Amino acid sequence: MKRKLISALLSVAMASTLLVGCGSSASTSTDGGSAAAPAASGDLISVGIINNDPNESGYRTANVNDLKNTFCEANGYDAQFAYSLKNDEQIAAAQKFVQDGVDYLLLSAADTAGWDSVLKDAQTAGVKVILFDRTIDADPSLYEASIVSDMAKEGETAVTWLAGQGLDEYNVIHIQGVMGSAAQQGRSGALDAKAAAEANWNIVTQQTAEWNAEKAEQIVTSVINAGDSFNVIYAENDDMAKGAVAALDKAGISHGVGKDVIVMGFDCNKWALEELLAQNWNYDGQCNPFQSSYIDAIIKDLEAGKSPAEKTVIMDEKGFDASTITQDDVNNYGI
Amino acid sequence: MKTSKKSFTAIFRNQIFIPIAALLLLVIVNLIVDPSFFKITYQLNSDGQHILYGNLIQILDFGSELAILAIGMTFVTAASGGQDISVGAAIAIAGSVILRVLCGNNTRPEAGQLQTTFLVAFLVACVVAALFGAFNGLLVSVFKIQPMVATLILFTAGRSIAAWINNNELPIISDQSFKYFGGYIPNVPVPTPAILAVVVIIVTFLLLKFTNLGLYIQAVGINEKSSRLNGLNPTAIKFLSFVLLGLCVAVAGLIKVSRLSTINYSVIAKDIEMDAILAVALGGNALGGGKFNMTASILGAYVIQFLTITLYSMKVQSDALPAYKAVVVILLVVFSAPTVRNWMSKTWKNLTAKNTAKEVA
Repeated sequence: MKRKLISALLSVAMASTLLVGCGSSASTSTDGGSAAAPAASGDLISVGIINNDPNESGYRTANVNDLKNTFCEANGYDAQFAYSLKNDEQIAAAQKFVQDGVDYLLLSAADTAGWDSVLKDAQTAGVKVILFDRTIDADPSLYEASIVSDMAKEGETAVTWLAGQGLDEYNVIHIQGVMGSAAQQGRSGALDAKAAAEANWNIVTQQTAEWNAEKAEQIVTSVINAGDSFNVIYAENDDMAKGAVAALDKAGISHGVGKDVIVMGFDCNKWALEELLAQNWNYDGQCNPFQSSYIDAIIKDLEAGKSPAEKTVIMDEKGFDASTITQDDVNNYGI
Repeated sequence: MKTSKKSFTAIFRNQIFIPIAALLLLVIVNLIVDPSFFKITYQLNSDGQHILYGNLIQILDFGSELAILAIGMTFVTAASGGQDISVGAAIAIAGSVILRVLCGNNTRPEAGQLQTTFLVAFLVACVVAALFGAFNGLLVSVFKIQPMVATLILFTAGRSIAAWINNNELPIISDQSFKYFGGYIPNVPVPTPAILAVVVIIVTFLLLKFTNLGLYIQAVGINEKSSRLNGLNPTAIKFLSFVLLGLCVAVAGLIKVSRLSTINYSVIAKDIEMDAILAVALGGNALGGGKFNMTASILGAYVIQFLTITLYSMKVQSDALPAYKAVVVILLVVFSAPTVRNWMSKTWKNLTAKNTAKEVA
């Protein structure tokens, strides 16, 4: 019995060390390897970039690629990357970058809380911090600038567009993202406010599909089977809009420009914009993943001794309408 | 009198009673709330094809991956006395392999630009999924690691591996015929996933009928030592059960990627492992291994999908779904606990004893 217990404990310990090994190597792998030492980098500007997992979504993949393309040696940067969806792992990576003595720390935080102490360390060490993509709950004096998306504005742009369609009645199937995420809150807020304010807007169903296309398909199919009538699908990302459209297709319900159901998505994936171009969908709201040029400009300013013009930069974000979108838009804004 | 009483308790004792009772309960609830839930129509879809449409069809359609996984999970549970929690991540890997083999380095192939046939891609995915199953099986059978701990490795790393297979790209297949596996084959009004599930179910039952696999797995699950003394190789049997689950994963992966013609590594088949385990439990199978009833597990899978669709059609908030499933788990655990079972059979005996006593008097 005792031996069994010991062997069980040992095997658990073995497996968990394996796991820890896998976990940390997968999540905080650093690129840039040998060139990392600041002394060797000469006049290169060294930056430590902390981001979320590139596989999180098409948005994140585009975001990571954009950063990698900008912060490369050809552009005068020596960049190290750390990826994690977990806040504590991100903080650990930040501490490592501060100890390495990077010039700039670029941060897209997984969670808004818990960053104060490491950012104070960074300040004492003379590391300048720039936030991108997501903002955090910390004193603004702890970072130089933040470049963020205004999710609430994305929602408002979309709802304003929808209101401009001049339907007699808006019966909306509202498919939400993971509850509590910034994107969900911003994009839901605008629609909720509008539906509460207008008499001819009503929400047929409001469900979270957790960014999952298949769940969205099942939710929409259930609404169809229940016999409820609807004429708008407001999905908070492209994947879920795709799932919803699959449900419409199976039921033989027409969708798109001048058809029975208006389909709206977010994120501007390239394939989604192509659906707009083919007039199968009606609207796609942009969530701009291309922050690197803004960051680059700010770093150039700081290097020249100028402080950035604005502390918080809210990026331009468009909303595309299927009746006006062009192939150029697909090429330029598709991610 | 005696025979009818016996058959009555036999029904209660029968393992398949649990999922059938759950199914009947759901059917009754739906009949009361809205009888039109069961309406099936024969109508045109957007491709101009006549298909069967309705909630029941949707249950068969979306429950099929779960039913296929429940088969493999039943084997693993019975043989090893533990569960594989990496099936969701393994589906991501299998799906990623299918897309990679079909697309090569071109992530957006036009129709006719595919590198190979669907069959080849599927077979490669079968091999890869079986290999990952073999990896889990090796840890469990040879190194004697607790199955849940052993599969935790792939559970954590699997989705990253899936993304790595395709270089973090999200390939999209525009060839319409790829959609057949997760949608409808032309001129067939039944969703293909349901057909694939039936095929897998038939193959499984043939396997159980014409080989001793079922017996061997149960023997190993009940008592490893005595099965070894009887000339079985427990290590090989456990290993085999994980490989079989791997093959089930490959089929489920094919259906999943075909449904949307693309993949999203972090959300594909998310949390499906818990549903698969729940299906096995709902089938009344002992999660500690040993005897199993395959029909009950498969039925359990469809009951879970039935529950999901019922809740959707009642507009229950979908983030509350896990809470309802938790209620099912609690009921299952309570009713399968030995103390509760003893108490129930005792009260049942008392009741019937009183009745017979009255009759005698």
